[in-house]
This record gives sequence, structure tokens and C-alpha cells, in this order.
Amino acid sequence: MASVATTATTARSRSATRFKPSKILLYIVLFLLTLFFLLPLVWMFATAFKPFQEVLQSNWLPRQPTWENFSGIFNDPSIPVARWLINSVGIAVVYTLLILAVDAMAGYAYARIDFPGRNIIFGLLLATLVMPGLMFLIPNYLTVSRLGWINEYQGVILPGIANVFGVFYLRQFFQSLPKELEEAARIDGASTWTVFSRVMLPLASGALATLGVLEFMRSWNDFLWPLLVLSERTRMTLPAGLATLQGQYTFDYGKLMAGATVTAVPVLIIFVFLQRYIVQSVAMTGLKG
Amino acid sequence: MATVNQAQPVTTSHTTAKKRYDLTGYLFILPHLIVFTAFLGWPFFYGLYISLFNFDFLRPEFRPFVGLQNYINLLTPTSIQFDDFWRAMRNTGVFLLYSVPPLVILALLLAVLLNGKYRGRNFFRTVYFAPYALSPVVAAMVWRWMFEQGGLINTYQAQLGLPQTAWLGDMPWPWVAITVCTVWWTVGFNTVIFLTALQDIPYSLYEASSMDGANPVQQFISITLPMLRAVMIFVITTTMLASANLFAQPYIMTAGGPNRQTEPIMLRIYQEGIVQNRMGSSAAMSVLVAAILLLLTILNFRVLGRSED
Repeated sequence: MASVATTATTARSRSATRFKPSKILLYIVLFLLTLFFLLPLVWMFATAFKPFQEVLQSNWLPRQPTWENFSGIFNDPSIPVARWLINSVGIAVVYTLLILAVDAMAGYAYARIDFPGRNIIFGLLLATLVMPGLMFLIPNYLTVSRLGWINEYQGVILPGIANVFGVFYLRQFFQSLPKELEEAARIDGASTWTVFSRVMLPLASGALATLGVLEFMRSWNDFLWPLLVLSERTRMTLPAGLATLQGQYTFDYGKLMAGATVTAVPVLIIFVFLQRYIVQSVAMTGLKG
Repeated sequence: MATVNQAQPVTTSHTTAKKRYDLTGYLFILPHLIVFTAFLGWPFFYGLYISLFNFDFLRPEFRPFVGLQNYINLLTPTSIQFDDFWRAMRNTGVFLLYSVPPLVILALLLAVLLNGKYRGRNFFRTVYFAPYALSPVVAAMVWRWMFEQGGLINTYQAQLGLPQTAWLGDMPWPWVAITVCTVWWTVGFNTVIFLTALQDIPYSLYEASSMDGANPVQQFISITLPMLRAVMIFVITTTMLASANLFAQPYIMTAGGPNRQTEPIMLRIYQEGIVQNRMGSSAAMSVLVAAILLLLTILNFRVLGRSED
């Protein structure tokens, strides 16, 4: 009896580290899910590197890998992909820097500076978080066109700065910092601006990085607003441009997937290296609720 | 002694500075507040205002005040907007039914799966979340290519001897294609939110119940689900709002077809306002839809939140 029990326990402790049937099943499920999430991307890359006559075949590795789809879209003067790439980078960088600066200042003030009306104004900001974004679309389009910002980069960048999430996120962060840090600097005679820029901002670098990655990707991937504001071909961002690429090469999927690859690779690289920050920021979104 | 002497000037400078601080606070929030007012505060009222006019973008000289006519049109079966608007509303409703259950349930199952302790866990987390990093345009183009007539899925169907499917052409398959694309693209987002919440559930609860002989399924029902209630309401609500904002996937994959049967409300608002320049009518649609979504959000929190007590 006792010996049976011991063999059972040793068998179990060994299988816990090696192969339990349930663990094998777990890995099979995880593997199938991996296929579901990864294969469409692999297929995108495979198609992008296939010559025209291979595109409709189901081989996962191009038999004669080629750059011709990429050179095709980069050399077509009617679809300035290189220009879209530059536009996308420029817009995303300027947008991210601007929103970090603006949100850090506002977030700090709502967290730590006492002024009349602070809570009322912050309450108004929060109220817009529950408002469906689509109701701002048409009026903002009219505002931007009245300002003469159709086909201007500020027309794409500035409305996004109004977003409240970053202010809310950084306010939470600044509230979590111990007050003593500021008070020590204050006693040394530092102004509010000095306390903010020299003491608080360096402490917030992690939170700013998280928000920065999130906002960069939001700007890079945004579709509807750039589609509305940037109608001139040379002004477009990659996602908006991609949609017109589809009109150009309806069934030439080699070229379409080359365009998708150019759009996807920068964010995928950012994702692989900075995913810790991205996952953090998404987790933060959940805590909001 | 020296410290006491120093304390005196510090407090006085603090009180005189108090007035200046007030202004400082406003200066700090000013840059954001200006942009906020211009693009989130003002358009709230401006949208309501436009919706009361026959607001043709191309005819600035002719913009008569029409009162509630734009809203009445949406409710009058004989108006030119009526059919298109309600078809789009129904389409959005259909997409909510298709997309919200898998986006919530699959995300929860994935989160439970990824919450275990085993090798390679972080790798799988990264992979499942990766598509969320992409633009919806990229996601939609990739899946359009997968579901296309000569695409991979039909090729495999042919190799298995199955008949071809017009995934993007015959109803209801376009909704299936759009749903698969959307789940692939964003289920990782909900998964991360659930995962964060799962990690906050105290492990002692599970230990105690397994000592009472509860199996994993019982634990999931009696511990995990109740502990996730608040997050669940949040996820369901944000998923509903995101699905109601569906735009890029049908724009790229089906262009709203066939026969506008996958044209969701966002695409309709875009068509009415931007393509056909009927901005007053388009603004009225936006206001109506926003009001409905707001109501749904409140209802969600009320109904799902109340049963907690």
C-alpha cells in the first residue's frame, strides 16, 4: 500500500516537470492559437516577396523571392509610398512629443497644483471619456476645414492632442508620487516649473515612455481621421495611402501586401522591443474602469 | 537655531506665492485645455448646432435653418436617408452580435490560459497580443487577401475537395470574415485587461476552495467570474463601443457590400457627410447614434452592476 502511494507521488512530481497529458494538451492549444495569430502575418510577408506568377499559389515560402513588389510600389509616381512613410513618421513623432509635453503639464497640474475650478475642469475632461467619438467627427472636420487645415499636417495632429486619456493617466501617476520630493525642492526655493521639469519629469520617465509608445502607435495606425483630412496623395499617411493603393492594384496582392508590410514592420519592431510598455498601458486602460 | 530662523522666510514666501500658484496651475493646463476646447468641447455643441441646418459643405451661401427636420428625416420612411440609415443601424447591430461575444469570451479564455505557470508563457502572451499593434487597415487587407476568391482559405478548401465560398460576396460570410479579422486584430487587447485582473485575484481564495475539494471549473465559476465582475462590465462596454465604431474593416474588405449589407453606421455617416456633403443630416445621425451608445453604456453599468448587490 505504502509503496504504491510512493510510486504514485514520485510519478506525479516527475510528470509535473516533464509531460503530464493535460500539459501536452495545453501546449497543443497554445500552438494552434499561435498559428492563428501568426500565420496571417507570415502569409503577408510571403506574398509580398513573391513574383507575380507565384502570388496565387499556396506555397508559404516564395520559390523565387523578389523585391519587385516593393520596388513596384516605391517607383510608381502615382502612389508616393516613400512620401507616405515620411509623412507617417513625421506626424507620429510630432504628435507624440506634443501630446507628452501637453499632457505631462496638465496631468501634473491636475494632480498637484491647487487652483480654483480645478476639479470642475477635470470633471469636464472626464465626461468626454464616455462620449462616443463619432459625434465629434463631422464638426471637427468642419472646424479643420474652416481653419484651412485640410491637407495640412496640423489638421491631423492637433485634434488628437485634445484626447483626455494621457492627462488622466499622468495625473494618476503624479498623484502616486510622495509629496516629500516636491516639498524638499520647494524649501530650497525652486519654482513650480523647476519642481516640475527637474524633479517630477525625470521620475515620470517610465510613465511617459508607456504613454509615448501608446500614442505613437495610435498615430501611426490611425485611419479614419487622416483619410478625411489628407485627401491629396502626397500628403497622406501610410494607412490612408494603403486604402488608395487598393484602388490602384485591386487584385495585385503582391503589391498590396508589400504596402501592408511597409506599414506593419515599423510598429511590429516597436512592439517586439517595447511590448512591456504597451502591455502596461493597456492594463492601465482597464484600471480606468 | 539656524533652522528655526530659516523657517520664517519660507512660510511667508509660501503664502505670497499662493496667489501666483493659482495662475501657475492655469498656465500648466492651458495648452491642453485650448486644444481640448477646440476639438472636444466645442464640437459637442457645434455638432448639435449643425444638425439643425441643411448644411451643405459645398454651398456655403445656402444653409437654411431646418429645425429638427434632419432628425425627422431619419424617422420618416419616405425620406432619402431613412432606408440607408436604418440598414446601417441594423448592420451595426448584427456586427455587435457577431463580434462582442467572441471578443469577450475568447479573451477571457485566453487570459485564463495565459495565467498559468508554464514555460514559454511570455512568448504566447506576446504572440496573441501582436496583431493589436497593427493598423486596422493592415489587418483588413491581410484578411481580405486570406478570404479572397483566389486567396489562401479558398485554395485550401479546393485542396480538401470542398466547394468554393464567396467569403466577401455572399451574405452572411462577409460578416464572418469581418468578425474573424476583428477578433484576430483586437482580442489581445481584452486578453491583457482580463489577465491583469486575474493576477489581482488573491491566490489564497483558490487554495482555500481546492482544500474544500472544488475542481478548476467550479473555481472558475465561483471565484474567477465573480471577482472579474467590474472588469467584465468595462470590457463588455468598451468592446460594444469599439464594435459600434467599425469602419476600416468593411471599408477595406467589402466596401460595405454586397448591396450595402455590410455598411455599418460609421461608413454611412462618412458617406452622408463627407462623400455626399450632407453634413447637417450626417451630424444628426451622429448625435442620434451617440445618444443611443451613451444610453447603452449607462444601461450596461446599471444592469450588470446592479446584480452585484
